[in-house]
Amino acid sequence: MPDILSRPFRFGSNSGQPITRRDGIAKVTGTAIFAADNMPDRLLHAVIVPAGIARGRVTHLDAEAAEAHPGVTHVITPQNRPPLQGDPSAKTMMFSFRIEVLQDDAVRYAGQPIAMVLGETLEAATEGAHLLSPRYDVEPARVRLDDSPSFAFDPAGFGLPADVEHGDVDAGHRAARWVVDATYETAAQYHNAMETHAIVAEWDGDRLTLDMPSQALAISCAAYAFYFGIPAGNVTLRSPYLGGGFGSKAFATGPQVLAILAARMTGRPVKLMLTRQQMFGPVGHRGATRQRLRLGADDRAALTVIDHEGLAETSSFDDFVEPAAGASQGLYAARALRSTHRAVRLDIGTPGPMRAPGEASGSAALECAMDEMAEQIGIDPLEFRLRNYAETEPGTGRPYSSKALRECYMQAAERFGWAGRPLKPGQMRDDNGLLVGWGMGTALFPCPMFAAEARATLRPDGTALVETSAADMGQGAWTALAQIAADSLGLPLEKLEFRSGHSGLPDAGVAGGSGHTATAGGALHAAGSDVIRQLGEIAAADPASPLYGSGNAGFVARDGRLYVADDDSRSEAFAEIIGRAGGAAITGNGTASRPPEDAERHAMSSHGAVFAEVKVDPDLYQMRVTRMVGAFAAGRIINPRLAESQLMGGMIWGISFALHEEARHDPRTGRIVNADFAGYHVPVNADVRGLEVITVHEDDPYVNALGIKGVGEIGITGAVGAIANAIWHATGKRIRRFPIRIEDLSTA
Amino acid sequence: MSISITLTLNGAARDIALDDTRVTLLDLLRERLALPGTKKGCDRGQCGACTVLVNGRRLNSCLTLAVTLDGAEITTIEGLAEGDELHPVQSAFIENDGFQCGYCTPGQIMSAVGLIAEGHAGEDLERIREGMSGNLCRCAAYHGITLAVREATRRMAEDKKGQAA
Ligand code: FES
Ligand code: FES
Repeated sequence: MPDILSRPFRFGSNSGQPITRRDGIAKVTGTAIFAADNMPDRLLHAVIVPAGIARGRVTHLDAEAAEAHPGVTHVITPQNRPPLQGDPSAKTMMFSFRIEVLQDDAVRYAGQPIAMVLGETLEAATEGAHLLSPRYDVEPARVRLDDSPSFAFDPAGFGLPADVEHGDVDAGHRAARWVVDATYETAAQYHNAMETHAIVAEWDGDRLTLDMPSQALAISCAAYAFYFGIPAGNVTLRSPYLGGGFGSKAFATGPQVLAILAARMTGRPVKLMLTRQQMFGPVGHRGATRQRLRLGADDRAALTVIDHEGLAETSSFDDFVEPAAGASQGLYAARALRSTHRAVRLDIGTPGPMRAPGEASGSAALECAMDEMAEQIGIDPLEFRLRNYAETEPGTGRPYSSKALRECYMQAAERFGWAGRPLKPGQMRDDNGLLVGWGMGTALFPCPMFAAEARATLRPDGTALVETSAADMGQGAWTALAQIAADSLGLPLEKLEFRSGHSGLPDAGVAGGSGHTATAGGALHAAGSDVIRQLGEIAAADPASPLYGSGNAGFVARDGRLYVADDDSRSEAFAEIIGRAGGAAITGNGTASRPPEDAERHAMSSHGAVFAEVKVDPDLYQMRVTRMVGAFAAGRIINPRLAESQLMGGMIWGISFALHEEARHDPRTGRIVNADFAGYHVPVNADVRGLEVITVHEDDPYVNALGIKGVGEIGITGAVGAIANAIWHATGKRIRRFPIRIEDLSTA
Repeated sequence: MSISITLTLNGAARDIALDDTRVTLLDLLRERLALPGTKKGCDRGQCGACTVLVNGRRLNSCLTLAVTLDGAEITTIEGLAEGDELHPVQSAFIENDGFQCGYCTPGQIMSAVGLIAEGHAGEDLERIREGMSGNLCRCAAYHGITLAVREATRRMAEDKKGQAA
């Protein structure tokens, strides 16, 4: 039997090309249909009423006033909300959160849904929601990390052990000639994808159709099926485009369940689109942290210990602890490593994974602490990192599957012009008298794989259909995955029809953990290879084919033709092979996941180095990032244009983390006082200039068949520390609370 | 009570009967006229996702009540391309990867068309950044957006010259 699968994957003319987005025309013409753009007949509009207090009970809702408003059709409250079949507090799988669906009159956080109003028009439903005028029994709100006792919590994040220790930590502390002991705080951040969570739900008997952005179509279907007591196969979920996700659209949320419930209750399709303000509460966020970093280094500047304690907020009723301290485990060659996580229960919505969960917050603290240590020792921060370069994974000693971090450091430093940077702060000024500072940080993100399935069908005319339920939330799945699929079949992209974003297709798994391209791409690759294998078998057994009898040599597919491996003189077009064999399409199936043995044998991560320049006004302390260079080694890059956009987007999230983003609670009411885009700052165009991304070549034979590591999240890590360190370098001030504020700099 | 207004919408005259004075231009387009290309990102003038051109000027459609627009000429993202031929701003956004998820993109593009017509940014990147800063992009495709606006500005100036010659 021709052995095609064991041959290295041949990249044809598609992978590696910086082609433009295949969904580009749809997106620039306004014809890309997002969930809330759907308008089925007889549609009802739903509006959520959010709690205006953070803890207590709803004592009164003026349902009569709302119902009397023209156009309002239904008011749903805990009193009349029809039952769900599945328990909203059940945790049926690793990715389940407890959801708030009007199960009682308790208020557990500000912004929790306390009622829902349906109307014939959006205007009527909105007005109705206002007319409910809730009254409350208020209890004092706990919203700050000090407002509740901390407790040991296991695991952190999704299943990470809370406490990890390698080597003799006490000995590491004792052996230290240099010591850093610093505490850093990171703010609560809200994903705030530009598209708020939206849904159009419609029932037909016990079959449910959802138009809803989802980062994990199969998991979403299973979750909604559970709540409504129907088989998962009865749920059709269409999610061709997500207007951003960043981790917040991978899970079933309370508001969306309520919309589905409303559709069942009324027998009409229901559309719900959260307002921007409602994005602050029921759909997850990055929990605030306080992290203590204790570093020790010996007189040769070798790290003797990294001791990282993380304290993170979670809700009063569910668990997600930002795994920040985990970021210290895989990076520097310290003799001893310890990460611990503690949690605090607050009256807030449950946190969840947000772009680089754990790594973003943890790396911010770690990279600042590293800079503080370099300052103490009196060596260049890059030199300090190189002295502590881990050739094998710290703690475990496992080899890396690949690690071109040294090249990242060198290429980014070179491009940035790092050489000659004064060690001491406050030495550089620009022509306008602004303080100039340079800082750097290391970027790291693991490369997990999930499980995915795909199907490829080679049609008699030599074109192909490939299918998997992948999610494109902006990372470019429509494009990069199609490139992989085309290469797996040896076809030019034009001959490929790629179907995705629909739950009826083979399960592409989760678009998360930066692992979607590797996982869904791996499944597509396997499906295409399966087709080519079958095609080869047919051709090798067909005396009329130029490939007859060549099975042992193996085959290569290229440009719609099958070639005998290493013999370009013998080939035949796909269509001809199929035609002679009776003209039936050939279907191949593929799956991808990482075998546990492979995951055990090697440490697998993407790496990078980020260098930043900031300018600070010496009188007003206004800060600006003026330049940033990031070099990243992330295995095989399928589409450099899209990968660079992802990495750059991540670096801008780094700017945002360092200087902009923070949800601020009013400690008296527990409400977030800046729950909109006027108060919750994210970078605007004028905040972003001088960004450069370098992708460093890396061949990784172990991560997966395609050698892909993922680029979606790593850009934030490293960048935050680089900016904070640059601010120190400009001003001589260490601000250990993110975001760094003008008032912190001016009073430090 | 129903109020009638007349709009020129993407070049075509439309008589619209409004039964509700609370309807914003954004919701009129999206929910009543089946033109969902214009997006809602905040509904209170803070993000620019809903930008359209009203009488040639860019405007946040979420902050504008539809009844106030009697007689106005409105261009939305759906009205920009000429058949299959993209507007130069649209093609520049594709070529410069000026978007990721594409949700802010209709607003960015309409804003860019407005900015170019205003004529005070030219090809100056700093001015383009300022002029485009009313349009948030959470995917942070700003680098590509800025380059796209510059490229489109240049191309449109050349086209104009070509036509004049
Ligand atoms: S939706 Fe109009 S400015 Fe945000
Ligand atoms: S492209 Fe996603 S918000 Fe701009």
